[in-house]
Amino acid sequence: MTAVEEAPVSAAGNPIGFGSMKRKEDQRFVRGQGNYVDDVNLPGMLHGAILRSPHAHAKILSIDTSRAEAHPGVVAVITGKILEGIPRPELLGDNFAWMPTLSYDTQAVLATDKVRFQGQEVAFVIATDRYTAKDALELIDVDYEPLPAVMDAKKAMDSGAPVIRDDKGQTDNSITDVMGNKFWESGNAIGTQEAIEKAKADPNCVVVTQDIMYPRVHPAPMETCGSVAYLDPVSGQLTLWTTSQAPHAHRTVYAMVAGLPEHKIRIISPDVGGGFGNKVGVYPGYVLSVVGSIVTGKPVKWMEDRSENLMSTSFARDYHMAGTIAATKDGQILAVDVDVLADHGAFNGVAQPTKFPAGFFHIFTGSYDYPHAHCKVTPVYTNKAPGGVAYACSFRITEAAYFIERLVDCLAAELGMDPAELRLKNLIKPEQFPYETPTGWVYDSGQYEKTMRLAMEMVGYDELRKEQAEKRARGEYMGIGISFFTEGVGAGPRKDMDILGLGMADGIELRVHPTGKAQLRLSVQTQGQGHETTYAQIVAHELGIPPEDIEVIHGDTDNTPFGLGTYGSRSTPVSGAAAAVVSRKVRDKARLIAAAALECSPDDLEWSLGKWSVKGDPDRAKTIQEIALLSHGSLELPEGVEGHLDATAVYNPPNLTYPYGCYICVVDVDPGTGQVKIRRFVAVDDCGTRINPMIVEGQVHGGLADGVGMALMELIAFDEDGNCLGGSFMDYLLPTAMECPDWELGETVTPSPHHPIGAKGVGESATVGSPAAVVNAVIDAISPFGVRHADMPLTPANVWRAIQGNPVRVDMAVE
Amino acid sequence: MEVTVNVNGTDYTRDVEPRMLLVHFIREELGMRGTHWGCDTSNCGTCVVWVDEEPVKSCTMLAVMADGHRVKTVEGLEGPDGLDPIQQGFIECHGLQCGFCTPGMMMTGRWLVDKNPDISDEEIREGISGQICRCTGYKNIVEAIRWAAEHPKGSEVNA
Ligand code: FES
Ligand code: FES
Repeated sequence: MTAVEEAPVSAAGNPIGFGSMKRKEDQRFVRGQGNYVDDVNLPGMLHGAILRSPHAHAKILSIDTSRAEAHPGVVAVITGKILEGIPRPELLGDNFAWMPTLSYDTQAVLATDKVRFQGQEVAFVIATDRYTAKDALELIDVDYEPLPAVMDAKKAMDSGAPVIRDDKGQTDNSITDVMGNKFWESGNAIGTQEAIEKAKADPNCVVVTQDIMYPRVHPAPMETCGSVAYLDPVSGQLTLWTTSQAPHAHRTVYAMVAGLPEHKIRIISPDVGGGFGNKVGVYPGYVLSVVGSIVTGKPVKWMEDRSENLMSTSFARDYHMAGTIAATKDGQILAVDVDVLADHGAFNGVAQPTKFPAGFFHIFTGSYDYPHAHCKVTPVYTNKAPGGVAYACSFRITEAAYFIERLVDCLAAELGMDPAELRLKNLIKPEQFPYETPTGWVYDSGQYEKTMRLAMEMVGYDELRKEQAEKRARGEYMGIGISFFTEGVGAGPRKDMDILGLGMADGIELRVHPTGKAQLRLSVQTQGQGHETTYAQIVAHELGIPPEDIEVIHGDTDNTPFGLGTYGSRSTPVSGAAAAVVSRKVRDKARLIAAAALECSPDDLEWSLGKWSVKGDPDRAKTIQEIALLSHGSLELPEGVEGHLDATAVYNPPNLTYPYGCYICVVDVDPGTGQVKIRRFVAVDDCGTRINPMIVEGQVHGGLADGVGMALMELIAFDEDGNCLGGSFMDYLLPTAMECPDWELGETVTPSPHHPIGAKGVGESATVGSPAAVVNAVIDAISPFGVRHADMPLTPANVWRAIQGNPVRVDMAVE
Repeated sequence: MEVTVNVNGTDYTRDVEPRMLLVHFIREELGMRGTHWGCDTSNCGTCVVWVDEEPVKSCTMLAVMADGHRVKTVEGLEGPDGLDPIQQGFIECHGLQCGFCTPGMMMTGRWLVDKNPDISDEEIREGISGQICRCTGYKNIVEAIRWAAEHPKGSEVNA
């Protein structure tokens, strides 16, 4: 593996390979020349706005759009009734009023019978400008009959609970997946139960139970979701500029939703202002912009405002986790069991591989070696917005990592053992890799103890514990929180993983032009990850072409090969591997051409960065640039070798990659106010080979801020009537530079054995790993008050209540 | 209503609705797309521009209020000699990822450094605390602004 090798430097000063290279994309962004969806303006373009439901659950008695239609500047008003009248080919429903979700459920594009969450789409106004479209929303008269709402997931299955999905003929609020299951299990239920019972009866063992909630939060990228649709009435070609993390998957979904021929659909996802999972799904607004263009014959733009983004697009988490952990009294973990109630909102719209309806929650076993584990996840409908897996979570791994790291701390408290010592005792050992977990996942590589010891050394763990003891004696409360997480990212092997039947492999295409400059076309899409730079570095590493000579093209389905897109930290593990593979194909072909030019056997040639040369005679050589020209020239090519120096590849990962890390957070808590101040945060990540360490560290910084936000501030709560209490940035609090400490990063490098360049995904690591570190630190600080657990967000009020011994449900409005 | 606003040194006269926000005036009427819009409640700061040399959230101001005033946007940062040090600092220190918050952060950052060339990290953090970035975790933004403070305009490094 080449992780630590210093790459040679190009004429432009860039590493020809791996290293901290400045980003190519920055040149346009610092000049304000990014091209985001809202920057797209077409001649004659109209603007759409959505009327949304004020109720969480209500019957629609009538909708009168006549006043809105008469408003000057309004071109059309579309309701669910109108959509019902537009027939659609038989796929997944028979008209435009409903669309399929990524989990084989249905979701209303515009409500027809009932509204099922506050903020649901009810009507779409198309007007000559944005202001007029919004004005006209107020002229639409909707007569609602409010119904009792199901806001507490714990009451969703009560007998007599209002039934939300009567449209599907349901008689309760259970969710059935496409395989017919009403709940999802993993691990060994009987073995785990037996181990727990045995531990209960054994005086040398302890069994700890704890209810742990990961409340509903929202990815809230700075750019909201939106689209510009134009269906050319003559050619029948639909072009959709949209905020999408997965343009190719979206194209296929539109083909299904709209019944449009897929070869006539072009999805362009230009610059995207952050995604974090929020831009994986297909939202009614996108579909409405398409319908709007069909109806008007003009381009139609729809951009949601911030409240629409927070109230209606894909939320994250909302997992109620009841955990049990059994261990010996000297701290050997024996078994973990968890029973989860999953709140999916009104439509099951989670984006995750079909066979994994609870995402990769099965990885809740964490980074520890023990024999028995079991989880059961039961999903329910509630009168909340749909979605449910987004926010940099690697398909529910955030919930899983938070759960096990919180539960291990509860165990440490019960045992009176230092949480670092307890973890070190149970970590999987380097020689155990590849390690199969009790739920059947095969971790590829790791040196867990080394990583943890580095983090402890960086933070000065022992001294901090001493300081803590001294402070406690003085009535001051500081806390130290550890989180050791393992993620599984890079979905995934085609035979096991698909979304809506689309296997999770990624295509790629490399073209080396006659002058030796190259274009690489990706199926994945960047929302800030720096693909234009990183992917050029992968090709540079494999072919010796300087990164400044490689243009990376992405985000346009007409110009890139098919693939499933960027989320779940899958770009580097899947598409990054494809980039290495396609480069190696080009290298192999270049060898044959070089052999022909040098009149020798390909076997006589050896590769050194950027050229093939004759073994033992390094002066007889052809550079990749020379070979590129030869391949396009008149050189007689060997039998079976085609001209040009291009290649394509589709990468089907053999396994996920398993990045991991150890995070340690130090906080000071004011017991009088409940105020938490993060003093330090040390993060040691191991994501295998680092292609561009600067970009890796930047991604870690961002994820750590996410974690601090979720641990301390972010929350989408509801009141009993279904009012969303997190519908603006006044209420949905995000961390600023004041709440974030000066992150201290460290690294260990354990390459993935099955990835062509040994890289693992990293985009979400910090979001996955950091919340537990913060919460564990806060609980550690206030443990002298007898507190063993409190749910996020640990706002001053919630910390204060926990100290008073009076914690409350964070996800519901507090009286 | 007819308004004349001087943006990046050029006077622009447009007939606008009295309720039009300055951010929409800049984006829609003038076609300058570097100033972004990210919230309904003046919390995010992706819309920050200078009005008469002071940073202002352009979503909190009506276009008509800018009548007769000077506005500077991200498009006005780059000079004939190349990028402004604040722009170069964001590149050097990896102060941006998706780039959506970046114009607003740079406009505030330039102003903070102009006001106080010896600015501390703590003061930088406070200075940008009315603005949100979802990608960078702020550390590199602080460093980018510090870089600009350490590289005064015209000091060659930003060529
Ligand atoms: S758009 Fe958010 S503060 Fe102006
Ligand atoms: S760089 Fe994406 S929001 Fe700041």
